[in-house]
Amino acid sequence: MYQQNKGDNKLKAKKLTLLLTLMVLLATVLSGCGGAAGGEPDTIKLGVIGPLTGDYSMYGTAVANAAQLAADEINAAGGIDGKQVEIIAYDSKGDKTEAVNAYNRLRDQDKIVALIGGTFSGTTLSIKEIAKADNMPVLTPTATNGEVTLDAANIFRACYTDPYQGSTAAVFAAEELKATKAAVLYNIEDPYSEGLAVAFDEQFSTIGTVTNYEGYTKNDADFRAILTKIAAEEPDVLFLPDYIAKVGVILSQVEELGLNVVAIGGDGWDGIEGDYAEVAEGHYFANHYAKTDESAIVQDFISAYEAKFESSPNALAALAYDSTFIMKSAIEAAGSTEAEAIITALAATDMSGVTGHVTFDENGDPIKSISIIQVVSGEHVLAAKVSGK
Amino acid sequence: MVLFLQQMINGLSVGSIYALIALGYTMVYGIIKLINFAHGELMMTGAYFAFLIVVTSGLPFLIVVPLSMLLAAVFSVVIERIAYKPIRKAPRISALITAIGVSLFLQNLAQVIFKADPKIMPELIDKRPIDIGPLQISTVTLTTLALAIVFMVILEIFIKKSKPGKAMRAVSEDKDAAILMGINVNRTISLTFAIGSALGALAGVLYAITYTQVFPTMGVMPGLKAFVAAVLGGIGFIPGAVLGGFTIGMVETFSRAYISSQWSDAIVFGLLIVVLLFKPTGILGRNEKEKV
Amino acid sequence: MSKQIKIKKLGINVSAIVLLYIILKSAITFGLITRYHQGIIIFIMINIILATSLNLATGFLGQLTLGHAGFMAVGAYASAITSIEVRALLPNMPDFMLLIISLIIAAIAAGIVGVLIGIPALRLRGDYLAIITLGFGEVIRVVINNMRGLTGGAQGLTGIPRIVKFDSVFWVTVFVVLILYRLTHSRQGRAIMSIREDEIAAEAVGIKTTHFKVMGFAFAAGLAGVGGGLYANYLAFLDPNTFNFMRSVEILVIVVLGGMGSLTGSIIAAIVLTIMPEALRSFADYRLLLYSFLLVVMMIFRPEGLFGRREFSFDGVKEKFFNKDKIQEKTNIS
Repeated sequence: MYQQNKGDNKLKAKKLTLLLTLMVLLATVLSGCGGAAGGEPDTIKLGVIGPLTGDYSMYGTAVANAAQLAADEINAAGGIDGKQVEIIAYDSKGDKTEAVNAYNRLRDQDKIVALIGGTFSGTTLSIKEIAKADNMPVLTPTATNGEVTLDAANIFRACYTDPYQGSTAAVFAAEELKATKAAVLYNIEDPYSEGLAVAFDEQFSTIGTVTNYEGYTKNDADFRAILTKIAAEEPDVLFLPDYIAKVGVILSQVEELGLNVVAIGGDGWDGIEGDYAEVAEGHYFANHYAKTDESAIVQDFISAYEAKFESSPNALAALAYDSTFIMKSAIEAAGSTEAEAIITALAATDMSGVTGHVTFDENGDPIKSISIIQVVSGEHVLAAKVSGK
Repeated sequence: MVLFLQQMINGLSVGSIYALIALGYTMVYGIIKLINFAHGELMMTGAYFAFLIVVTSGLPFLIVVPLSMLLAAVFSVVIERIAYKPIRKAPRISALITAIGVSLFLQNLAQVIFKADPKIMPELIDKRPIDIGPLQISTVTLTTLALAIVFMVILEIFIKKSKPGKAMRAVSEDKDAAILMGINVNRTISLTFAIGSALGALAGVLYAITYTQVFPTMGVMPGLKAFVAAVLGGIGFIPGAVLGGFTIGMVETFSRAYISSQWSDAIVFGLLIVVLLFKPTGILGRNEKEKV
Repeated sequence: MSKQIKIKKLGINVSAIVLLYIILKSAITFGLITRYHQGIIIFIMINIILATSLNLATGFLGQLTLGHAGFMAVGAYASAITSIEVRALLPNMPDFMLLIISLIIAAIAAGIVGVLIGIPALRLRGDYLAIITLGFGEVIRVVINNMRGLTGGAQGLTGIPRIVKFDSVFWVTVFVVLILYRLTHSRQGRAIMSIREDEIAAEAVGIKTTHFKVMGFAFAAGLAGVGGGLYANYLAFLDPNTFNFMRSVEILVIVVLGGMGSLTGSIIAAIVLTIMPEALRSFADYRLLLYSFLLVVMMIFRPEGLFGRREFSFDGVKEKFFNKDKIQEKTNIS
């Protein structure tokens, strides 16, 4: 008798667990199914994909914020042909799979007309093939990897490419800084860093000597061994194409070891005067615009952004702002929200924005000049404007 | 030659931090035979505590450090009681998975509270390079080195001579016998955790000062490498942890300087595999037979 | 069990699977499921393959390995490179054939790496094995990053032919789960489980523990490679940083939640834990926090997971719901 009761209870517990699990399953599936389908036919929906959380959230939020700012301004001025613009931003968490899911969701659930994204090259590349198959108009504000726009008529970018940045930095080093020897120290796990490093190396090798070409991984914090090794070769210039978090640490150690070298970086340095003003003093980096540029469009953008988001806009924000306006004028010029029409209109873009005058070449890359900034007393000072391959 | 010596100094600097972290690993492993995966996170906790203290109160180095160590010690005892005590008798796999869970939980907790972008540690030590002839050694390196050695010596004396220290050795030899001898095992284990974590926290603060940044995942790689160091030197054996720490520091630095900086991580792990295959008890370790 | 009953059971199980396929396939064809949902279903199935294969190594064999994402990476890259090269050489080969070749290569590549890692690593006890496999996972990532010429390095590998659709993933997943089910319910399976229970006793009874450990480990690795291959040929783009320690942990959470030792558990948990991040997008910040909390809580309060070591079969459902009388009879007699 005792055995039977135990058996019954065990059976009940088993059934209950099974039932509960199935219910949870059903609930999660159904909640995922709902989604915002439809919406008013009078809104033009633009999707944004970027890292809104995680290690690089400052970049994703800058893009989303700036796009929203642009949309608000467009809507205040009457929208696009009377229709309001809605920005729908999803978090990619900097992860390829998440980006794909976000894109699918934007396309299927939210029915976007065009995409302003991804923010990073990696995530943009992961959705490239799918977006291409969809013929979705894509304008990435900030993905700089060369491959993003290749063989894809529907994909454009608002920023210059890594190869362009890297080789321009090399030209700057040789011509303006009169450097004959350069060392390169880059992040092998980051496609952005690697892209810039490769381009710099190729260009500089034709006009001078690259004394060291060293890589580090994203977990590395101690660069003294490498820096000591590089210092022994006495280069004039040290190319550091990475983001602030790493560059700051490297420059601190350059300072500590007392190395006498000028550092150059890419647009990933933007904002370095925040935490690392001291160690970045006197060094240079390539950027998309200079905050000290006095033209009205730049200053208006900066004050509007600061008023709305209580922080200073970085270059990614400026690019996203421009991208939204570029998309807006393309849709206006196309006179419809049909994909092919928008793409044709995008290709014919010819407008001036915060980050300069934009026209697109046959790949969908913008023809622009690069502002080289020097950090002086914690401020961005425009050192040179370099252009052309 | 000068270059070689300078690289040696770099190696010592890196190694001393690994040594401090490895001390904590080895102590905890010695007593409960569990690799505390979350040890790297205790280092991170110490760094965040120090950061918070300095930013809110501006207290100097000599107060901030012991205070952070104390806070981290208390914190670790709480974790030990909540997460590790219930699984003391559980199979190895459960214990390991719990440790991984705690490690990730702490990382993500820090991420949720502090966000992922690195916080900059204000200057607590005047970071000047001191010149010794053609060589340079930073004040931070000297401080870290000194602290590592001092604590190793204190720890050795504590374990060998003091009563709680003897209790620790007894529990690590044979837990059940220790209970029979009247030793309060729970208290001893908690004390071990506390001391180990205090050392980890110290390493965290020094790391933050040396590398300027405090961020949620800062303990992951140093923790792993310190574990390699502890195993290399002989796990459960205190001088082994320090020896291992400096060895790994040297290996890492010299592979960066003379082989390739990209492969240095792979080389460190490769070393772990080699050690585990050929002398799993480590350089200074003793042989232990597995009982049926 | 008589042969008749065995065939009957097989029949029910097979029909249930085919029915599931038909339901899903029609939903897709008639546009009831958007491409967004399709993508999720494909990721669910890939996770099922990864979780069940990890379960073999960790749940059934009892060896905690933290580098499963590394094997997935090896399979993914091997498969991607194969697909690209073969497609270039024989552009007229039909998709499904290309996929099969690609996946076989993926399985073999990952399996070989599994053997190479397993032979030294499995000599060690639990803790050390876990750390070594973690180390290997990281090393594999570093190697992929450094071999730019072959793998595209950090830039990633593009131009992989998109030959994976719902059909292929579904049947490959069914195949994998089937193999694992057969394996775990065979003599070899019992040998493997005996190693989990008490390795020294198993050795004493004459079971070649080293042989089974390495075989089980390599088999799990090979299947993870298949999962990686499907991933590569679906996404058409690979990046080494996807296959990091966090990925290994996510798969581990699925296995732990479902129950170490239950294939059904892994399947259900894979479904739940793939859908959840999508359904709860607003809580994205807290997802990993929740996972790690779950790990600790499960280990303390319910280490056997949802299903423990039990399996679910369709014929079992039939018995429970349609043969209640028979069960009552049996229990009354005792």
